[in-house]
Amino acid sequence: MDTILNILSNSVEEAIAPTTAGLVIAVIGLNIHFGFTGLMNIGQAGFMLLGAYGMAISITQGLGMFLAVVVGLLVAVVFAFILGAPTLKLRGDYLAIVTISAAEIIRYVGRLAALEPWTGGSQGIFGKSYQPAFVKLSFFGDGSFTLLPVNYKSLGLGTAGQTIGLLLLIAVIVALVMLAKAMRTGEGTLAGLAANRTVARVVMTVLGVLTFVLMFFVFPVSYGRTGTNGWWVRAVAWFFVGVSLLITWLLVRSPWGRALKGVREDEEAMRSLGKNVYVIKMQALIIGGMFGAFGGMVYVISQSVQADAMGRQLTFFAYTALLLGGAAAIFGPVLGTTLFFGARILIRGLAAAYIPNSIMGDQQTEQFSYIVVGVGLMLLVIFRPQGILGNKRELRFNV
Amino acid sequence: MSTTPTWGRPRARGATGLIALVAALAGGLLLLAAPGASATTTSTFCVPQADVSACVSGTVGNRTDPIEGADVTLLDENEAEVDTVTTGADGKFSFQVDKAGTYYVSVDPDSLPDDQEIIPPADKFQGPDGSLIVTVTLGQTTVPALEVRSVDYKAGGAGLGTQLIQSVVQGLRLGLLLALASIGLSLIYGTTGLSNFAHAEQVTLGGMLGYAFCNVLGLNLWLGVVIVTLICAATGYAQDRILWQPLRRRGLGLTQLMIVTIGLSMAAQYTFQFFVGADTQKVVVESFSSFTVGPVTLTWMSLIAMGISLVVIGLVGYVLLFTRVGQATRAVSDNPALAAASGIDVDRIIRGVWTAAAGLAGLGGILYALVVSNGIRWDTGMQILLLLFAAVTLGGLGTAFGAFIGAIIIGLVVELAGPLGAPGDLKYAVALIILILLLLVRPQGLLGRASRVG
Repeated sequence: MDTILNILSNSVEEAIAPTTAGLVIAVIGLNIHFGFTGLMNIGQAGFMLLGAYGMAISITQGLGMFLAVVVGLLVAVVFAFILGAPTLKLRGDYLAIVTISAAEIIRYVGRLAALEPWTGGSQGIFGKSYQPAFVKLSFFGDGSFTLLPVNYKSLGLGTAGQTIGLLLLIAVIVALVMLAKAMRTGEGTLAGLAANRTVARVVMTVLGVLTFVLMFFVFPVSYGRTGTNGWWVRAVAWFFVGVSLLITWLLVRSPWGRALKGVREDEEAMRSLGKNVYVIKMQALIIGGMFGAFGGMVYVISQSVQADAMGRQLTFFAYTALLLGGAAAIFGPVLGTTLFFGARILIRGLAAAYIPNSIMGDQQTEQFSYIVVGVGLMLLVIFRPQGILGNKRELRFNV
Repeated sequence: MSTTPTWGRPRARGATGLIALVAALAGGLLLLAAPGASATTTSTFCVPQADVSACVSGTVGNRTDPIEGADVTLLDENEAEVDTVTTGADGKFSFQVDKAGTYYVSVDPDSLPDDQEIIPPADKFQGPDGSLIVTVTLGQTTVPALEVRSVDYKAGGAGLGTQLIQSVVQGLRLGLLLALASIGLSLIYGTTGLSNFAHAEQVTLGGMLGYAFCNVLGLNLWLGVVIVTLICAATGYAQDRILWQPLRRRGLGLTQLMIVTIGLSMAAQYTFQFFVGADTQKVVVESFSSFTVGPVTLTWMSLIAMGISLVVIGLVGYVLLFTRVGQATRAVSDNPALAAASGIDVDRIIRGVWTAAAGLAGLGGILYALVVSNGIRWDTGMQILLLLFAAVTLGGLGTAFGAFIGAIIIGLVVELAGPLGAPGDLKYAVALIILILLLLVRPQGLLGRASRVG
């Protein structure tokens, strides 16, 4: 039982890591591209890398933190414009091929030995050369700290208590999912509760908070308050996830957001209504790209800027996360990314613990987890293209 | 008892014989237990112990092309010599030190082959007299990078012409091999509309199977090439049967299908890593002899590979142009609904295309591993995937002959970028930049028709 709890603990830790938050923001940008507008951008990692470079290089050249972030965002705007200008008038797969190529070009250029004074070449930019500017902003103080003052450890509940907490957590999550489903479709065992919208929303919020509290009760994680891997980084990262969600929500319910969906569903119809499809697509590409760049900055703030760590693979992970959570759903990116990262660590941990070494070595469990991810992505797209939260009708489009 | 010991009667040797036998058996077992161990091992093998000692070891040259007989010297902080070793056939050297800190490693230039020199380290790693600064931590092995290049690597003037001609030949070689894979990619796109991101893994699969058959199982190379091509073609057939045809029947959108290929590609890459590991594996152990014509030096194998590609591509072209199957394929590529209405079995044609495409990619993969990348690794295919897409798009999406021309152009661009001044990895980037520029002026590609672009 301890092994299982340990593995679960590790996956929760991964799920709330600042890198995960960074990817969530990038996936939110991808959601604007792919989910809402139907643009097939396979170069989101390129946007992330550009944002990360923009910020890190600005800081190492002496700019302040805020200016550095602005520089990173501006670079992404320019990049999106360059990508979009030749391709947005063409069929969708041209954008796909150009974005993936452009992302690779950025990676190759970043690795160039000639640019080593700025980008650090293939070694990358070490975190310690730009993190101080970020850590300096912290008002969390020193020392370390666990989010919940009471947890199963301080109460001395031991394995039994933890197991009960874990079961409780699962029960709450299941209830949450059932309620959400009942609210959406009006069917199921909780349909009566869901019929009254106000009550349902309150119950939903309570369950959500309960999940969060139980999570930290069952998996107590203690980090430094500040530092490069502390609560400060996590708080800022997830705060910006919240901000991004809010921005997306406001954008999507605006008239402009409806125009996006219009472009996704039927370009010709939009054109006949007098909308400039090209401009709308370009705006979507730029805004999603800015989210990507910002996500890249959050992604690297707790580690280092390494060109090879932000290649195609990362874009593919972003797609898996987006489709898992549900494209064209506001909360899809958050749910998908945390589940994706948590699940991968879970699979790896379980494989390492329960599959004998003679069948699968330590290195192989890592690869095994990625094989599962790849096959999972295929099965997901085939059998549940709308993901967990998405709406199937919204994903009939073709780029 | 004074019988002479003979085979079959080891008893006669008494106790000594028995011990010798056991020792031989144990030795044999040890050899079996270490299948990867090469015949030549370094005499000064070093294992660091935590807090006690550290190692500075590495290879002069690189693993595929090590330098034998180079004198490597280790100096301590005060530039006093700690030790000097001479590399063996595997180019490896190793020092053991018992103090952490800064050391300098240098190679005696006189001990290198006449036409080779050590690549000077970057400024911040530059020690006295062109030596390399290494920082040693106890309990760890530090690996200084001592790579070599040819003395006239920067050949200017007359040398440039020679280099350009050599690069053109290499570019044609790369282009022909890329063409093998990209024709299939283009045909799949033409008949189904699908951009297959897993096509690169078909290329890797070819190389990997080549490694399995020719290196591990020791099959004859030519037999291996044929078998690999056939097996790869079979995987294409099976893929269409199990995956793509049912998905087409379900009416899954092209975007969704594209993402399925991304998932497939990811799963395949890690499956390769799972079974073979992350290292480069050679398809055949021995290196090939080369020949020189004028300014061009090429291995015979390269020439054969180019010949095979040309013949196979010619064959595909013939089938497409002059046979009924080819005619049907082009018809499906043009308009599947109309083709079906005129009595063509579209599903059969598409299955044939998948089979041929996978077979061609596999053949391209094993040849690529033999003559270009000098071995196969889990991501070999992924590295050329974008070149394949560039070739296909450049020639015009969905046109087989466009893919061929595009591949040749991309091959030439990639190989010529180096001598014309593009540093290192940027040669791949140059190909992609050309692709983007071309899309600006002629989005339908060289051989595509303007009406095909949305």
